Amino acid sequence: MHNAKHTSAAQQFGMHRATHRDPKLVQWGLTLAALLTISVLIVIPLVNVFYQAFAGGLPTYWENLVRDSDTLNSILLTLAVAPLAVVANLVFGLAAAWAITRFQFPGRSLLTALIDLPFSVSPVVAGLMLMLLFGLQGYFGPWLQEHNWKIIFSTPGLILATCFVTLPFVARELIPVMEAIGPEEEIAAISLGADGWQMFWRVTLPNIKWGLLYGVILCNARAMGEFGAVYVVSGHITGRTDTMPLRVEKLFQEYNNPGSFAVASLLTLLALVTLIVKVLLERKTRLELAEAARVVHTPGEAS
Amino acid sequence: MSPSNRKVLPGFSLSLGYTLLYMSLLALIPLAACFTKAFSLSVDQFWAAVWTPRTVAAYQFTFTVSIVSSLASIILGFVIAWVLVRYDFPLKRIFDALIDLPFALPTAVAGLVYSGLYVETGWLGQFLVPLGIYGAYSRFAVVLVLTFLGIPFVVRTLQPVLESLEDDKEEAAYLLGASRSQTFWRVIFPTLIPALVTGFALSLARGLGEYGSVVFVSGNMPFKTEIAPVLIVARLEEFAYAEATAIAVVLLVISFAMLVLINLLERWSKRYYA
Amino acid sequence: MSISVKNITKRFGDFTALDNVSVEVPTGSLLALLGPSGSGKTTLLRIIAGLEIADSGSVLCQDEDVTHHSARQRNVGFVFQHYALFRHMNVFENVAFGMRVRKQPKKLISERVRELLHLVRLEGLERRYPAQLSGGQRQRIALARALAIQPKVLLLDEPFGALDAKVRQELRNWLRRLHDEIHTTSVFVTHDQEEAFEVADKVVVMNQGRVEQAGAPHEVFERPANPFVMDFLGNVNVFHGRVQNGRALVGGLEVDCPEYPHQESRPATMYVRPHELEIEHSPNGAASLKARVERINSAGSIAKVFLLAVEFPVGLNVEISPERYGELGLKAGDTVYVSPRKVRVFVPEYVI
Repeated sequence: MHNAKHTSAAQQFGMHRATHRDPKLVQWGLTLAALLTISVLIVIPLVNVFYQAFAGGLPTYWENLVRDSDTLNSILLTLAVAPLAVVANLVFGLAAAWAITRFQFPGRSLLTALIDLPFSVSPVVAGLMLMLLFGLQGYFGPWLQEHNWKIIFSTPGLILATCFVTLPFVARELIPVMEAIGPEEEIAAISLGADGWQMFWRVTLPNIKWGLLYGVILCNARAMGEFGAVYVVSGHITGRTDTMPLRVEKLFQEYNNPGSFAVASLLTLLALVTLIVKVLLERKTRLELAEAARVVHTPGEAS
Repeated sequence: MSPSNRKVLPGFSLSLGYTLLYMSLLALIPLAACFTKAFSLSVDQFWAAVWTPRTVAAYQFTFTVSIVSSLASIILGFVIAWVLVRYDFPLKRIFDALIDLPFALPTAVAGLVYSGLYVETGWLGQFLVPLGIYGAYSRFAVVLVLTFLGIPFVVRTLQPVLESLEDDKEEAAYLLGASRSQTFWRVIFPTLIPALVTGFALSLARGLGEYGSVVFVSGNMPFKTEIAPVLIVARLEEFAYAEATAIAVVLLVISFAMLVLINLLERWSKRYYA
Repeated sequence: MSISVKNITKRFGDFTALDNVSVEVPTGSLLALLGPSGSGKTTLLRIIAGLEIADSGSVLCQDEDVTHHSARQRNVGFVFQHYALFRHMNVFENVAFGMRVRKQPKKLISERVRELLHLVRLEGLERRYPAQLSGGQRQRIALARALAIQPKVLLLDEPFGALDAKVRQELRNWLRRLHDEIHTTSVFVTHDQEEAFEVADKVVVMNQGRVEQAGAPHEVFERPANPFVMDFLGNVNVFHGRVQNGRALVGGLEVDCPEYPHQESRPATMYVRPHELEIEHSPNGAASLKARVERINSAGSIAKVFLLAVEFPVGLNVEISPERYGELGLKAGDTVYVSPRKVRVFVPEYVI
């Protein structure tokens, strides 16, 4: 995912000197075109989701969400699957970023590139790969059946699929942040007698907390919204393996538009909250990185 | 960084070991399984699975809509990035933040809402359908939703480059007697090409792999609006794992090629920034 | 606590950072590792701290071999070049860190931090964050933080490198006074010879991973062991000539050189410090050089005179007292005679 963590000073101060050289007509025309595009492609669909969800009034909306036990189950399932996947990728992200930014080893840049791999694999293919390993006809299928363990068409499969598609999020947010901060403070902590965990909790974590939260937020949004990969491994057992996005699709197939949009509105709300937190965190990390640069590089003025 | 950090900072083997283990279990072993399965087919069987009139139609459809929507994304995304960086208007920050919505919005939701907007009774369909423009259950519908997904890639790659353009270059060109359009095409545009190409590649990669939103809006008509991932799901539902895997391998090879291409493009475009 | 470094060798790939280096740091002394960049001085400091592991050789603290102890176990205070203060902790927490991770009682911690902040003259800044401090203040906090763990030895990496000239001078004097107060065995790294000579009890001059000379500042300054040290200590006139029969010859100048009584003539280099040259209006036989005054800089506590030798192409820097300058009444273009009071002659090792 490409994030804009860069609002330049010029943008913050509002005016670009070059601005007033673009003729007014061009400015107006382009602005209008841009706003029209954003409105048609983004704003109207956004408003439409909530309009459709609430078309039958608030009571109907509430009923669509809570009275339909299958829908309720899908919400609960998503609330169980997504956090587990996020925690798994959080631990992974920390380990990967620590290894990559703090040590030199052969294959380091290859490993960095490999982390992004899941982004370029179609989610359906990701689901298929899990089927090949753990499905009934898969490589481990017979063994799993013998031990009466179920991965495909059940929650573990959903978690694995979600882990795969969201694997890079935390790591790729942390790597640049930790690279920028550098290892000096951690080395200082060790030289002052801290052990590994003390160093991690007291020095590393406080320094990266905003970047970490940023990665977690993005990871969570994708985890809750993942469709293709879980579609393949879920088996569509209504009320048991349908996550929220799958429930949206099933209700849509059943021509239950109000129900479908009700679930969709929750997911959209999640997206909006994600965006807001993202904007706030971007401001925060930008300020902290600027500060970091100041702490490290400013030679002292008179004391 | 000193090479012997390893002896000073703790956790080298733990963190690297865990990273490798996690990636192997979750990504590398499944990938290997995928290729192993595909190679269990003979060449003829493999060929028969990946090259039927229906799969060829699906590849063609996937590529066509991805390329068309990526082109649309770079044109519209360019205008948006330009306006966001250079002009001021009310609610600019909100519009700027909304650009990221397609990243955060579950694709199933995008598919659901797009499929409703452009039907005859939809908010936009009521105006467009009488004009003969069908924005739902058609090729155009897929292009629309993929453009929605592709635009943020383009805007977010272009924005930093546009912001880093120095006024003095434009001023220099202007003082040297270049007209406004000459300045744009000869001075500004060339420096944007790498970012535009990267944005195009990223949105193309996204379009080629997209599933969730497309199944909602395309209508999934064989030979017409069926994408390759839909075929994989169809084969799986027939328990034809090997055939499904063969198509998946084709998609994987394409996406790895895209990944390499994007990396090369990023390296190439970084030449311009010291 | 004394430190002895014995036969340390350290390579980074093909690059030899330290080549069989041995250094003694006597208990309670303040030692300077002086050398140009790439001389291995910082690597040596980090090896003493345990932040770098030597390929061979050993590090002894008092009589204990700590070569294989980790940085944590060595209990050394290390002041990093860029301070490495914890940016999310305030001054108090930064200084307290070492005691906190040792789980010392809260009361003791706050007492000791207060004491240390008094010592580094930064009382009242407990609640500030590193970003809100000036460079000199950060430097002193880094020092207080290192001292908080009551280290056996204090190691400072280019302690004044990132500061501007005025603050440098102040902190330099302050560090010397501080050391006299606490007497912790200390080692600091610097590339500034003036800094080393002004602050340290003992100076170790390093070059290309080797120790060129070690000794008290006046010893090193007065009796440089070799041309590198002479050159590095800076501001010196260099002449190339020959030695024969206990005499060294440069152009018309002839000086005693008892170290080389041999008959056979050999190339040699002669070094004379600017303040060891005398200017006269009349010649003094073979012991003086005829030269023309090119420029004079008399602003400051000494007068600097730049001359060109008349008989062969060599420039001369001479420093004389303002009184002497007044006596001579020099001006540019004058022809004068320059004679050395003290000359160091180095004859390159005879290598076949």
